[in-house]
Amino acid sequence: MAALIRVFGDIDVAEDALQEAFAVALLKWPSDGLPPNPGGWITTTARNRGIDRLRRESRGRQLLSEVTVLSPGNDDPGMPEEVGTVQDDRLRLIFTCCHPALSTDAQVALTLRLLGGLSTKEVARSFLVAEPTMAQRLARAKRKIKAARIPYRVPEGHELPDRLRPVLAVVYLVYNAGLTSPAEQGLSPEAIRLARILATLMPDEPEVAGLLALLLLTESRRASRTGPDGSLVLLGEQDRSRWDRTLIEEGQALVRRCLRRNQPGAYQLQAAINAVHADAETLEQTDWSQIVSLYDQLLAVAPTRVVALNRAIAIGEVRGAADALALVDELDLDNYHPFHATRADLLRRLGRNSEAAAAYKRAADMAPTDAERDFLRHGGRGRSIGPL
Amino acid sequence: MTQYLLSVHSVEGEARDPMTEEEMRQLMERVGVLEDEMKSAGAWLFGGALHDPDTATVVRMSDGEVLTTDGPFAESKEHLGGFYIIDADDLDAALAWASKTTAAVSKPIEVRPFRHVSEA
Repeated sequence: MAALIRVFGDIDVAEDALQEAFAVALLKWPSDGLPPNPGGWITTTARNRGIDRLRRESRGRQLLSEVTVLSPGNDDPGMPEEVGTVQDDRLRLIFTCCHPALSTDAQVALTLRLLGGLSTKEVARSFLVAEPTMAQRLARAKRKIKAARIPYRVPEGHELPDRLRPVLAVVYLVYNAGLTSPAEQGLSPEAIRLARILATLMPDEPEVAGLLALLLLTESRRASRTGPDGSLVLLGEQDRSRWDRTLIEEGQALVRRCLRRNQPGAYQLQAAINAVHADAETLEQTDWSQIVSLYDQLLAVAPTRVVALNRAIAIGEVRGAADALALVDELDLDNYHPFHATRADLLRRLGRNSEAAAAYKRAADMAPTDAERDFLRHGGRGRSIGPL
Repeated sequence: MTQYLLSVHSVEGEARDPMTEEEMRQLMERVGVLEDEMKSAGAWLFGGALHDPDTATVVRMSDGEVLTTDGPFAESKEHLGGFYIIDADDLDAALAWASKTTAAVSKPIEVRPFRHVSEA
């Protein structure tokens, strides 16, 4: 630890680097085996991670000078600008990138570029957009920040709930892009990193903790999510021994703290649902009734059709496929491939095989990734799509 | 401080039944309160409601000559109902004024920053 502090001259950076090195070790050592010199491995890894981080952060600060930087309340030009800690700067930056005056596309692109330190090319690739298009998008957003004077500050208490919403949404989007984009799997760890920073800086915001918990619990299943042939493995069939218990424990601890606070919100509820799944050793042992009641609460705060669909899947586990299908058929989700995949699975369970086949085909035709398409083409192999 | 244009936009055909006298009075009162607030805060620079687009005239250069046309510039259904020019520290401050304006006049407000404005 001290060696790292000496190298970086900054305790926070050293601590973060060390934590990341341990996280990588916990991920890799069980499958790769212990390296010959574990202590040295940790130090080297931590040092490399820290250097990467500093490089990105100095790039971030450099990039930041391209947009307007207003220091509120600093009227004396002679006084040096008050520089917050590295973390405070990141918080100001993320709220600026996610300002509601910017489109969601711009918010995501800026966050990845300025906070994630991704190159324009990498950001473009993650969102399947041509590089010049992404470059234009970023340039336009930066011009707007400058010309319209979007302030570089953390919103005040009363503004925070409204301003926090797009920040959490962007982090969540970034995480999901990492899940589904084969090219940019690094986005998911990046999103988790951002979520951690937010959680450290805003310990009193329950939805921030909820988002972090959700990401950790979802991430815990990464290793089991794809088969050796790259195909998609659904929750029900995943090898639960490959679930990352460290991430699960951290996620569940967060969920328990959130429950004690009793200020539920959409991210906390989704995290709780994932926590219930993580508790079960097999799909059959899952406490589906609890999941249904969590979905009831989630539907109340986030009454979207997708939530309704996922709730119906859970109801199918408790009350049977017929009840679930009745609920699913009420939803207008024709352009959403998991809708058809869900119908297909329920129809199959009810023995309505030709209808099931038609629904699988519909879903396969619309599936966004090869893994999902293959999965659906092979008749879904027996389970409906829910959390992955 | 930056100057922003807050423009009030109306869409033809969107008008419901013409306002009653009472509704008109209430609108004027809300606008009056808003403008007083802007002036007290030092945000107010200039502003007001415009006459209908029918009263407009367009002047342009055409083949080296000045051409005068009757009617508004934009052929579209949308037209400018009025505007405010305000002084604000940053976009958040300008948006706060725009929120109050849209609440008062029940029309969408576009907020645009000025480039450098020459001082009188």
